[in-house]
Amino acid sequence: MSIEPNPTGGVPVEAAPVGADIDAPAQTPASPQKGMFGISGTGDVSGFGGLVRPRPEVVGSPKPYGGYFDEVTDALEEAYPGFADAIEKVIVYRGELTLHIAPEKIAEVAQIMRDDESLRFELLSSLSGVDYLAGDVRRLHVCYELTSMTYRRRVRLEAAIPAGGSLPSVTGVYPTADWQERETYDMFGVIFAGHPNLTRVLMPDDWEGYPQRKDYPLGGVPVEYKGAEIPPPDQRRVYQ
Amino acid sequence: MTTSEYATERETTEGRVFNVTGGDWDTVTGSIDPLSNEKIVVNMGPQHPSTHGVLRLVLELEGETVTEARPVVGYLHTGIEKSIEYRNWVQGTTFVTRADYLAPMFNEAAYCLAVEKLLGVTDQITERANTIRVLFMELNRISSHLVWLATTGMELGAISMMLYGFREREYILDIFEETSGLRMNAAYIRPGGVAQDVPDSAIKKIRDFLVYLPKKLKEYESLLSGQIIWQQRTQGVAVLDVTGCLALGITGPVLRASGLAWDLRKTMPYCGYETYEFDVPTATTADVWGRYQVRLAEIRQSLKIVEQALDRLKPGPVMIADKKIAWPAQLAVGLDGMGNSLEHVAKIMGQSMESLIHHFKLVTEGFRVPPGQVYVGIEHPRGELGVHAVSDGGTHPYRVHMRDPSFVNLQAIPAMAEGALLADVIAGGASLDPVMGGCDR
Repeated sequence: MSIEPNPTGGVPVEAAPVGADIDAPAQTPASPQKGMFGISGTGDVSGFGGLVRPRPEVVGSPKPYGGYFDEVTDALEEAYPGFADAIEKVIVYRGELTLHIAPEKIAEVAQIMRDDESLRFELLSSLSGVDYLAGDVRRLHVCYELTSMTYRRRVRLEAAIPAGGSLPSVTGVYPTADWQERETYDMFGVIFAGHPNLTRVLMPDDWEGYPQRKDYPLGGVPVEYKGAEIPPPDQRRVYQ
Repeated sequence: MTTSEYATERETTEGRVFNVTGGDWDTVTGSIDPLSNEKIVVNMGPQHPSTHGVLRLVLELEGETVTEARPVVGYLHTGIEKSIEYRNWVQGTTFVTRADYLAPMFNEAAYCLAVEKLLGVTDQITERANTIRVLFMELNRISSHLVWLATTGMELGAISMMLYGFREREYILDIFEETSGLRMNAAYIRPGGVAQDVPDSAIKKIRDFLVYLPKKLKEYESLLSGQIIWQQRTQGVAVLDVTGCLALGITGPVLRASGLAWDLRKTMPYCGYETYEFDVPTATTADVWGRYQVRLAEIRQSLKIVEQALDRLKPGPVMIADKKIAWPAQLAVGLDGMGNSLEHVAKIMGQSMESLIHHFKLVTEGFRVPPGQVYVGIEHPRGELGVHAVSDGGTHPYRVHMRDPSFVNLQAIPAMAEGALLADVIAGGASLDPVMGGCDR
């Protein structure tokens, strides 16, 4: 079953798949996942401990992308001379277009996306981070959800940086990114170069660490019974 | 220099600091030397009755004019996005519903639409489930706007409006309770459909409400609109035009009050909104008055949608047919609230071993969602509510981000308040309708 966007609006409608669902669109950790209940070694009598579930690699979608996606990518290629260097990958999945952008180019691309007459992505709907824990170079992803009010389209830009890395702030293009970049810095430690006031926004100013990172230590709960403790959520025996 | 039990003062390196806890503004202003202390910095909030929850505004004043305003948020941060990552996809509903507590149905709907899009089952959601979602979202929009009317009325001095607004909202919360067992944070909309069907008693209550509210709305309009104080506190106050709104990412009634008819229900419809007949109210004044007019008109449009939804509510399933996704616990509202349907428990415990295993697997393990990421935006009472959901193929969300309109819209406070009077900060802030539960998540 494939879903393709309706060219007249954002409503996904059922349509023949045109290169729309052949890949894994999110960059999940490349290493295979083992086991099922979060335990290893002895103690597993179910046999599920030996289960190995390979994680798919992220593969770019081939042209044509379908819907308005071809128009958007073609218009960007025409308007932006550095297209070939900046666009790392184009991914179409579940009726959504994701452009993976080289991190140092993100502000330039955003500027073109906003200003070009055939693109006109006037609104930055959302900006947030995801921690994929995959390798060092592409660990933290920042996702920019752009909305074109003129053409009623949505596009996601995605940039991947290592932990402690930085990328240009888009506050110059979209002032609304101000707090959203602060939140991404607060939660993931992504440094946005050129942001006017990159401070924590949700956590207290003197907080240490970046809570939304996947390796952020979680607290257990001590129980009043012979020194017992409820383990932190990421160490409990759960289905994975 | 005067001392007061309400306004204690102390000298610091940055100047004199007053702690003001009561109505003693004269004491503070009286003890400031107007020649050497031209500016004072006032910390409004986080505990202040007119800041809609725990919002803190740091205001720099020259006389009564605000020269700089800085909103400080985060006092209600509860880590909802992080907590969801350690629960299964269905349990996520109970977390997101607690973000913006005045619009729980929208939080649930946006989250569930995102999960369904990731699963690729958007077109398998039954018609009745979609109609019920629309019905409850619109009722929720009315209740949220009523609270806005109530609190804004109170903040601008119309205390009676607060009582009326909350009284009318209670009718809607009764309908939610009748259906889901809970007034707020109902976790009623679930991935795949809704938790259970709407009982006939709730339908009757909605029908009664449709007759009741329009009369009351007229009363409130005649109470406020012609009122000279209300007009002067709202007209030409906290103006933000379309350019400002788009740059700052402001959506919802604030954007529509500046003249742009951008409503995701029309422009990027979901849940079948394209099949309902309603208008997108706008105003051109771009001030608090315009936002008031837009919200009142939106309540009327929502009533229209509710009526259409009731008319097309045909009997049918309210949960997706796919048994690998559909929550197996048939629920029922008992004397003590919502719980497992006793009939269903009797069946799985006594008659069908397979049903029991199936129930156990889905409840303890949950369903798997194919790896991928989606973004779903819906029209929340305060603007665009977006959910960015990422799955790694497991039974838990890998990451869920809520783009809450309160968080983004609060960025407009400096643009609205700087250069205006202190009293207009209250009106302007209230006109954004921020809910800190949603802002801080």
